[in-house]
Amino acid sequence: MTPEQPAREAMTAAQLRDVVVDALRSVAPEADAASLGDAARLRDAFDLDSMDFLNVVIALHTALGVDIPEADYAKLQTLGGAVAYLASRLEPRVTG
Amino acid sequence: MGEFRMPSLGADMDAGTLAAWRVKPGDLVARGAVVADVETDKGVVEVEIWEGGVIDALVVAPGTKVPVGTVLATLRPSGSEAVVASPPATAAAPARVLASPSAKQLARDRGVDIALVRGTGPHGAITREDVERAADSAPSVTPSAPPPAIAPVAMSARVAPPDGAAMRRAIAAAMTRSKREIPHYYLSAELDVEAAQRWLLAHNAGRSVTERVLFAALLLKATALAALEVPEVNGWYVEGAYQPASAVHLGVAISMRSGGLIAPALRDAQARSLDATQAALRDLVARVRAGRLRSSELTDATLTVTSLGEAGVDSVFGVIYPPQVALVGFGRVGERPRASGGMLGVRSVVTATLSADHRVSDGHRGAVFLRAIETLLQQPEKL
Repeated sequence: MTPEQPAREAMTAAQLRDVVVDALRSVAPEADAASLGDAARLRDAFDLDSMDFLNVVIALHTALGVDIPEADYAKLQTLGGAVAYLASRLEPRVTG
Repeated sequence: MGEFRMPSLGADMDAGTLAAWRVKPGDLVARGAVVADVETDKGVVEVEIWEGGVIDALVVAPGTKVPVGTVLATLRPSGSEAVVASPPATAAAPARVLASPSAKQLARDRGVDIALVRGTGPHGAITREDVERAADSAPSVTPSAPPPAIAPVAMSARVAPPDGAAMRRAIAAAMTRSKREIPHYYLSAELDVEAAQRWLLAHNAGRSVTERVLFAALLLKATALAALEVPEVNGWYVEGAYQPASAVHLGVAISMRSGGLIAPALRDAQARSLDATQAALRDLVARVRAGRLRSSELTDATLTVTSLGEAGVDSVFGVIYPPQVALVGFGRVGERPRASGGMLGVRSVVTATLSADHRVSDGHRGAVFLRAIETLLQQPEKL
């Protein structure tokens, strides 16, 4: 295991949620992200097509520095799911 | 002396509003340079000039709506004497007013304080009509009537959403013309895309998010290559004659988040790698959403592709956009049971449809075209 990039300060779930909402807003600026429930399906709530969704993933990648494999897209279907998934990806590795 | 005229940005446009100039008298412009922003029913378009030279005079002031063909500016050959008038600075538009650039400009031209205008547009946005009404009801101030001063170009990052009703009328006008003039025929075929799906999954697996390719890019590239094999679907029908195109400029139907649809051209789609197709598609979608399309993109398409699969439909039979002669539709990509060699298996398939113009081709050639798309998708690594 190669050393990770400069250790990121652990983000709280609320901060991660803000990052996800910002990413969604960058793609769907007219949507009401503030009142979004954790269980709402993002594709439906924001009328995202695959290009929009890819742009959300790219925005998350840019903001957090995590790479999100295509195989994990299913874990980003809801706001709550996305926050939990990103938190797990950002956890510092304990062992090499 | 050259002239720069209001272009027709598609079959559904007969007038446009000059929203802003990107040049001033004395500027040297190259062929293909963006010289003005024009507001249409489908948003603001960056208009390119097709003749190089030095801008001599700007004839039409920002905020003016003029018919297609109206002279907007005059040009002189580069190298001739240039008298450069530096434009007067104008005050910035009042902050926090929801209005399109052209409405703001109109308010400035007519001496209306836009902060006092009541907006009747979406979300209370101030429309040009609102400004006109306010100007007409205000005590008349005789304009001193000099030639319109040219304001420095405000590079507005955000553009007010286009008027939904006007866009709907424009789409209806173009589609009515299409249905009146073009004898459509329709074909449908279920394409096996199992190989293409698997290949793409492996192709994307080792790539960072910014390098991943969408399945839509494969469909576009395969369509473009198939169009080279069946030239009867790729070109324009103009003045009673078909003009096949040598390059495939694919019109890609993109939904606008504010409602409505636009199909800008992905130029030279037949010559782009998959990565380049993906990058061009991403760029087009971004600029559709931001209202930053270029005029050539609205006029160059030689064949249109519409994909409604993500909206959940199995197939889509489109209306051809004149002067084009065909439109390809892709439905939902999904796994379905398929019988082959006496066995039932589960395969990824997509329904491709073709709407085409009987003045140019018939069902047999259309079928050859759809079959060519499927054949190309069997060898995705060659796309």
